[in-house]
Amino acid sequence: MQLEGEWFDSEAGPVVRPYALTGGLTRPSGQRLDLIDLVRAARTAGRNLPLSPEQAEVLQRCQIPVPLVELAADLNLPTGVVRILVSDLRDRGLVTIHRSKPVGLSDLKILQEVVDGLRRL
Amino acid sequence: MAYGGYDSGAATAVTPVTVKILVAGGFGAGKTTLVGSVSEIRPLRTEETLSERSELVDSLYGVEQKSTTTVAMDFGRITIRDDLVVYLFGTPGQRRFWFMWDDLSYGALGAVVLADERRLADCFPSIDYFERNNIPFVVAVNSFGGAQHHSLETITQALSLSGRVPVIRCDARRRASSRDVLVTLAEHAIARHHEAQFA
Repeated sequence: MQLEGEWFDSEAGPVVRPYALTGGLTRPSGQRLDLIDLVRAARTAGRNLPLSPEQAEVLQRCQIPVPLVELAADLNLPTGVVRILVSDLRDRGLVTIHRSKPVGLSDLKILQEVVDGLRRL
Repeated sequence: MAYGGYDSGAATAVTPVTVKILVAGGFGAGKTTLVGSVSEIRPLRTEETLSERSELVDSLYGVEQKSTTTVAMDFGRITIRDDLVVYLFGTPGQRRFWFMWDDLSYGALGAVVLADERRLADCFPSIDYFERNNIPFVVAVNSFGGAQHHSLETITQALSLSGRVPVIRCDARRRASSRDVLVTLAEHAIARHHEAQFA
């Protein structure tokens, strides 16, 4: 929330309380969403839905799969707020979440592909 | 962003695998510099809201508190292939942000701990965290292109690292150097994988 030319700046803290952006919701529903989980608009997501401007923007930006953290950066919203917006959209069937797979120590194939790919940089 | 090869009109396109690598270290150790030098995008900044009670409750997911502070987190991206994308997250390593690290490190490939040898103690909390949580990590001593005051052996001893944690030098401003740090980390993660198999 940066409004240029105003007397306040980001040091003043958020001008709009986070919960005002989430329709009063204070917690995301359902399974934990990871920052790199991919969000994609469902094909059924039509127009003329009762959406907040922020949710409409999320929907518009995830016509292709977008990681949650990039949505947050693009929308200039805290990740906690975006988690709530996205989980609400998911509950309404408007987006699908493609969950990232934990790599950790478990997936040797991906680890090897990452090493090979990084070496080529 | 649009991933390469993904045509929004085609239902058959591949959904990429996304992988996380964390970049930790004290204030001014060069986290954002490293992320920026190796990322294909200028580091993006996002914020996490914390409530005043953040250390007592799992406040990461809640926004009900009126009194919120934010902690900034910079991230970058490396597209390995159309279907494999690495995200780098640089974020403060202080103990009071550990609850945030729990979320960030979930499922991560591993972590880079950036050390400034003039202020070595600044990276102790990050090392503690990754050791405790059994997350593969390497220590990269950021030389800032300047003088080296201590040998890597001395630094390794000072950090009293357990096991065979790689300790390397880097210049976080240089892409090739940052890339080498990430390669070392990924190779270390593979070595840890093999160790776990035979443990």
